[in-house]
Amino acid sequence: MATADPIGVLTGAHFIDGDHACSEGAIAAGCRFVAGYPITPSTEVVERIAERFPFVGGVFIQMEDEIASSIAIQGAAWAGKKTMTVTSGPGFSLMMEHIGLAAMTETPLVLVDVQRAGPSTGLPTMPAQGDMMQARWGSHGDYGIIALCPNSPQECFDLTIKAFNLAEQYRVPVLFMMDECVGHMIERVVIPSADKIEVTPRRMHTGSKEEYLAFAPKADLVPDMVKAGDGYHMHVTGLTHDEKGYPNMTVGTQARLVRRLVDKIKLNAEKIVDYREDGVEGADIVVVTYGITSRTALPAIEQARSEGLKVGHLRLVVAWPFPEKRIRELSSKVKAFVVPELNFGQMTLEVERCAAGRANTVCVPHAGGTVHNPKDIYEAIRDSVKGAK
Amino acid sequence: MVEEQLFDEEVAAPANPIESLLRMDRIPHIWCPGCGIGTTVNCFIRALQTSGLNLDKVAVVSGIGCTGRVAGYLDLDSFHTTHGRAIPFATGLKLANPELKVVVYSGDGDLTAIGGNHFIHAARRNVDMTVILVNNMIYGMTGGQVAPTTPLNATASTTPHGNFEQTFNLPFLAESCGAVYVARWTASHVRHLTKSIKEALGKKGFSFVEILAPCPTLFSRRNKLGDGLDQMEYYQEHAEIRHGADTKTVGMDFQS
Ligand SMILES: Cc1ncc(C[n+]2csc(CCOP(=O)(O)OP(=O)(O)O)c2C)c(N)n1
Ligand code: SF4
Ligand SMILES: [Mg+2]
Repeated sequence: MATADPIGVLTGAHFIDGDHACSEGAIAAGCRFVAGYPITPSTEVVERIAERFPFVGGVFIQMEDEIASSIAIQGAAWAGKKTMTVTSGPGFSLMMEHIGLAAMTETPLVLVDVQRAGPSTGLPTMPAQGDMMQARWGSHGDYGIIALCPNSPQECFDLTIKAFNLAEQYRVPVLFMMDECVGHMIERVVIPSADKIEVTPRRMHTGSKEEYLAFAPKADLVPDMVKAGDGYHMHVTGLTHDEKGYPNMTVGTQARLVRRLVDKIKLNAEKIVDYREDGVEGADIVVVTYGITSRTALPAIEQARSEGLKVGHLRLVVAWPFPEKRIRELSSKVKAFVVPELNFGQMTLEVERCAAGRANTVCVPHAGGTVHNPKDIYEAIRDSVKGAK
Repeated sequence: MVEEQLFDEEVAAPANPIESLLRMDRIPHIWCPGCGIGTTVNCFIRALQTSGLNLDKVAVVSGIGCTGRVAGYLDLDSFHTTHGRAIPFATGLKLANPELKVVVYSGDGDLTAIGGNHFIHAARRNVDMTVILVNNMIYGMTGGQVAPTTPLNATASTTPHGNFEQTFNLPFLAESCGAVYVARWTASHVRHLTKSIKEALGKKGFSFVEILAPCPTLFSRRNKLGDGLDQMEYYQEHAEIRHGADTKTVGMDFQS
């Protein structure tokens, strides 16, 4: 593991919002190319990047739209940079084709979506968590993906670094699924010194040019990379390709390639999943949350506990890949899962799938625009075991 | 013996001078007999070979289409991206490593319909790249649908009764958006074209070369304009060379 370049690291305590913390996380992680297009509530991220980048040797460009932003960063990635784009709902929808391109060409990048309420233009300045399934399945075809959900400005800093590290390690687009509350919430953010920040360098091919096979996987199913201008004369295509990177449109090549793109996340999932538990052992009810909902659920959980209910809390830090194994395990021990979300039940579907009828799964839906009233979550917790086995 | 030597591969098939920049392990290519795209590639390679550029620092970016396949045949750093988006990919590549000479090589539909917004903005920003656009006046790859470059009254599979929309005048578009070098040649003007591409590669800023090229399979035959050779002859007979022309005056009509 390498550590961060001190030039980008604003060591110290700051009082900033999640958007600004995300920018600082990106800079600390070594990101030096950002392309974006303004959209509330994500714009502050690129504004801070535009302000800071000239002083850390980075390049920021405001592109003509999100389609352009989400592919300009891929060009920059193949020139050797760590790259990021930042958007919200409508822009996220425009980027879907290029999530697929990055997945197919195994281009490491971070794509930040500060979720706002949709569909369409919806509530541009207000929170939601309605893009979670889009993050998993938004581009056509099959591929593995990683998505993270910070719940505080501090985590916007810490997990942005983690997002870059995962993107480099697995050569996948990593989706950073913030929400408007976390993006605009101002809290204390502590930035450690650069030598305390671990960053994953690009996995570069080190052997000879002759033996280089651009898409031949290593033991972890991920190939090493080269960059443009180093004399490799590489070919990178969104078409189905062989290990050399050449188009090869056969059923066999398709099967091998797509299986690997799925498996490199699936088979490494236990290393990637990240969740935080509180009082889950011995609980009858587990509240599963992520992002801002993990904070609105706290008073509800406390109230239920004070009334004698055995309630645990499992917060997803990594939403994709989903912690299937853990939810399966818990489902045979607990009576119910309660899943409050600022949508009508997206991650709930995952919990329900893994519970497979062994425990009751209750969604606490919300259309977004504000956060849950903790009372609604409390009542769902209280009622969740009533009909349970 | 001399006769035996004739059958020696190296003697019987001297390497084509452009082979050194082709991925020969990917030949034969997918293009139809009589297609103009291959000729443009030949000119491009010759322009590169005489350009004096360090070929390890040249990157070619294509979108999607018959022309979009060009990147995949060139033995250079080459990127085959998504439909219409070669220019923003190339923008990121260039900005992230200014040492690179970045060339976008794609079709008329790709660069001016779905990618039209990126085209005008890259010209406006004067991004340092050369854009080579093969204009066959049609969407070739998808089977001959109308393009913004299809001449008025020409037919296409989605304008079976004739195209009633106005046609883009691309040199005018590029110039008015800020391109520093603008040219149009045809696939039959191979020497002029080669020289022009070389000039474009030598310019700093957004340079643009449009190449009229036959698509016999889906444009010229459908429009009763003959095959590839007939189109090439038409270009030779009717093309007019006007250096420094006012680009406003170089719009094109349907040839029949
Ligand atoms: C987003 C998207 N829309 C549509 C297509 C289908 N498509 C592939 S190539 C093409 C048109 C290509 O036309 P042109 O750029 O003129 O290239 P040509 O084949 O004529 O060289 C289209 C519409 C696609 N690949 N992606
Ligand atoms: S369809 Fe037209 S453009 Fe495509 S390869 Fe054939 S002749 Fe060329
Ligand atoms: Mg065309």
